[in-house]
This record gives sequence, structure tokens and C-alpha cells, in this order.
Amino acid sequence: MREPVISFDNVSKHYPLYTNVRGIKNVLFNFPRNLRAMRSQRFEALRDISFDVYRGEKFGIIGRNGAGKSTTLGLIAGVLRPNEGRVVVRGRISPLLALGAGFNPELSGRENIVLNGILMGLTRREVLSKLDEIIDFSELGDFINHPIRIYSSGMLARLGFSVVAHLDPEILLIDEVLGVGDIKFQQKCLDKMMAFKESGITMVLVSHSISSVISICDRAMWIEDHTVKMVGHPYEIAAQYCKAAGVEVDLGDIPQNVEFSSS
Amino acid sequence: MSRVKHLGSRRELENYRDLLFVLVQKDIKVRYKSKILGYLWSIASPLAFACVYFFAFRIVMRVDVANYPLMLISGIFPWQWFANSVGSSPRLFLGNAPLIKKVKFPRIIIPLSMILNHMIHFILSLPVILLFVFIYGGAPTLSWIIGIPILLAVHLMMVYGISLVLSSLNLFLRDIERLVDVVMRFVFYFTPIIYPIELIPERFQAFIPLNPVAPLIISWRELFLFGTFNLAYTAISFAYALAFLALGYFVYRKLSWRFAEVV
Ligand SMILES: Nc1ncnc2c1ncn2[C@@H]1O[C@H](COP(=O)(O)OP(=O)(O)OP(=O)(O)O)[C@@H](O)[C@H]1O
Ligand SMILES: [Mg+2]
Repeated sequence: MREPVISFDNVSKHYPLYTNVRGIKNVLFNFPRNLRAMRSQRFEALRDISFDVYRGEKFGIIGRNGAGKSTTLGLIAGVLRPNEGRVVVRGRISPLLALGAGFNPELSGRENIVLNGILMGLTRREVLSKLDEIIDFSELGDFINHPIRIYSSGMLARLGFSVVAHLDPEILLIDEVLGVGDIKFQQKCLDKMMAFKESGITMVLVSHSISSVISICDRAMWIEDHTVKMVGHPYEIAAQYCKAAGVEVDLGDIPQNVEFSSS
Repeated sequence: MSRVKHLGSRRELENYRDLLFVLVQKDIKVRYKSKILGYLWSIASPLAFACVYFFAFRIVMRVDVANYPLMLISGIFPWQWFANSVGSSPRLFLGNAPLIKKVKFPRIIIPLSMILNHMIHFILSLPVILLFVFIYGGAPTLSWIIGIPILLAVHLMMVYGISLVLSSLNLFLRDIERLVDVVMRFVFYFTPIIYPIELIPERFQAFIPLNPVAPLIISWRELFLFGTFNLAYTAISFAYALAFLALGYFVYRKLSWRFAEVV
């Protein structure tokens, strides 16, 4: 009953790099040259990648800076469109976990929760019914009624994570957010992640924190040079990744149930 | 074949409605933080313009036009709605970059909320216009009852179309912002706002409808100034509005899938 909820089918994504066509003036004055430049100058962020994520799975993605992890999440979330290949997603998806995307500095924390929740796809009624729970979770106290421009960055992250933690999606996309709050809140986030892990939710986690990938994920993918280098058990992927990066990381004990097999 | 397929992640209609609602509400909250003062500021700028033009043209240049201040007021307020909407368009999507990069939501709603917001300001300033009408011995006529809603709708459609074009294109051609500044300056003086139509030399009269804004502003002005509803000019404005709306939607549709790549 392994049912893929996210399928990538030979997906390629390139970004235009037309730095020099960025204005009307340029387009008018060197049009033909620029058109040619525009076609040839593009940056391949992902080349021909294919993978499936199954229902209920916690899927980790690791790789070096600029490897194409966020691009992959953008494709899943539907904010980017592949240039080749096909992306199929089945299920209600959370937005790319975007802490504070759409926050307005002048509004209070409370008002921002409502705004953010609706932007992320909830209805006003749903947000209002969860409002107290979200505020409790954020532990911001009285600050919740103050404009968020006076928040510290950790407080902003708390607010953002609290909203996302209550969105109740079927597929949760998380891009590198675990390390912003203080230790207590980090623990809380981790607990929430673990709660997500217990629930049947499908999760795609991009993180540079190898240990959280290992502890949270069932399967991991390593993206290198814009293609899939390996997919497999997170422990094994992490070990290979660390070796390739030339970094010694204490991965902890090998969990009992690991059978090393590459796929 | 579509490259992206998202099953089961439709937003409900209720969410769209709420989204529009909170976005408009957000701007109003930010703008009218302190209620009375906020209102005064929003009518201060058109009134100040009116004073300046009154001084320059009536007191210094001694232009002889009946009820000149009322004429100024009835043209400048609608013009402000138009100019403010168009002027803030190019930066709209750019200013919401984090949102566009991370969250999949109908971006077309961003310009709409901005324009609705400007419309609300305009409606709130109607009492000021009414006050001037009374001062100059006039009174609201029956034409107002049909004229105002129709012109509001036409005006809304027209600025929405223009705004969609400008906000979308500006992501790709960043100097549109500058261009808009320059063009709007021309349009202001080519539109009968600070002068009556009759003062335009005979041989140029025929060109008035070529300026898309002129029929609209003239319709507004005659409604407030003479209490009459100019059907011919309203019809021309409506045609322009439809054309802009179609163009705006076309441009948006063509470009919106690439927004996240270029913001
Ligand atoms: N909008 C864009 N226009 C042009 N190039 C882009 C754009 N967004 C990303 N890129 C390029 O695509 C590549 C992949 O970017 P991506 O953000 O997916 O990396 P990442 O794996 O998430 O890296 P990190 O670990 O630093 O978050 C990078 O080389 C980046 O420069
Ligand atoms: Mg990234």
C-alpha cells in the first residue's frame, strides 16, 4: 500500500540569468543580442531528478549550499514550475515553511497570526478557532499584542513556527528552520516534529542539521551537483555525505533497525 | 501536458474571500493606526494640491473659471485614487517577495486588495467633496445614485487592469517604476483636472478620448460639479477599463508562473 504522494519524474529546473536585460532601456537598445543572451544564459538548478515520497513518510533532503534543495521544495509547493519533467503532488500541502513570509511589522502578533494563517490557506473561522492554541504555543506572553517590529528574530521565528505547526496539512514542507529559537523552543519544535512523525503526516525536511535528519526522517536524499546522488536510509546517507564533505560528525549510535542498502 | 499537478490542495472559496478581507483590512489598519489623524492625512494631500493649484491659477494667473475650487476638488480626488493605485503598482509584487517565493496563493489578489484599499479611501473622502458641493451652493442629485456606483466599478476595473500589467512586468523590467513616474506626470497635465474642457483649444478637443484617463476623470468631475451623468464618456471609460482588464489578466497569466524565479 505504498502510495506516492509526491512524484518527481525526470524534473529539470533552470533559472534565467538575464542580469543584463533587467530594464526597458536595455531591452530597447540591445534587443537582439539580449534575446540570444537570455536563451543561452541560464542556470541549471536541478537536472533530471526523479524520486517519490510515499504517504506518511518523513523524507529528508541534504546537500551543500546551492545544491538545489530549496528549489526542490519550491517545486513541491508549487511556487516554481519545472522546465522539464513532471511533478505530481497528491494531498493538501503546507506552504514552504516560510517563517514570517507575509508578516506585517506594524501589526500585532495576534493580527499577524490571522493574516498568516489565511495566507497559508486556512479560512478565517479556522484560524480564529485555533488562535488561543497558537498563542499558547508561541509563549510570547504580552508581546502578542504588540507590533511585531519590536520582536527579536527568535520571537518572530516562534510566531511563524506556531502558525505553521497548527496548519494541519497532509504534506508538510520544512526548509531549515529548526535552529532559530532558544533551546527551550528548539526542543518544543523538535517535540512538535516528533508529534508530526507519530501522526500520519507526510513530511519533507530540508536541513543542514544532520542529527535532526537522522532522528526525524525515515528516508533521505542527498542532492549534489544539482542531481540526486543517493537516496536511502538517513543514517547511511548522512554518513556518506559527511565523508564526502570531509567533516567528522558524531552520528551517534547506529540505530538497531538499520539495514544498509542503497536504492 | 501540464508539468505540475496538485491534487487535493485547492483553496476554498471562503479562503479567497477571507484572504481579500484580511489583506484589505491589514492596509487599512496600518494606515489608520490612529483613526482621526489617519483620516486627516489621507485627505490632506489632495486638499493641499487643490490649494496649490488654486493659488497658481486663480490668484496668480487669474484664470476665470466659475467655481474653480470645486472643479479642482472634484477632479483631484478621483485622480488621486487613480494615481496612487498606478503609482504603487510596480512595487507590489516586489514588495511581497518573501510571500511570492514561499507560499502558493493567488497572487492576483494582491493588486486587487491594494486597489480596493484605495477605493475605500476615495469613498471615505466623498464627504469632503460633498462639503465643497454644498459650499458652492450645489446639492447631490439623483444622478449621483447611479453615477457613483457605476463610476466606482469602471474606475476599479481600469486601475486593476493597469495595476496587473505594471506589477507583473516590473518584476522582469525593473525600470518600469521610473517610467510610470514620468508618464503619470504627463497624464496628469493631459487630463482635464486643473482646467475645464472648454479651455482646451478646438483642434485638440477631438483628442481627449485618446487619453484613457480623461473620460473617466471628466465623468467624475461632471457628476460632482454639475450633478450630471455623462453617459458617452462613461461608456468610453468602460471600454478602456475592459481593455485594460483583459490586457492585465493576459500579462498576469503569461508571467505569473515565473514570479517566484525573478522576485
Ligand atoms: N531565483 C533564482 N534565480 C537564479 N538562480 C537561482 C534562483 N534561486 C536559486 N538559484 C540558484 O539555484 C541553485 C540552487 O538554489 P537552492 O536555493 O535550491 O539551494 P539550496 O540547496 O537550498 O541551498 P542552501 O543550502 O544554501 O539553502 C543555487 O545555485 C542558486 O544560486
Ligand atoms: Mg535553501
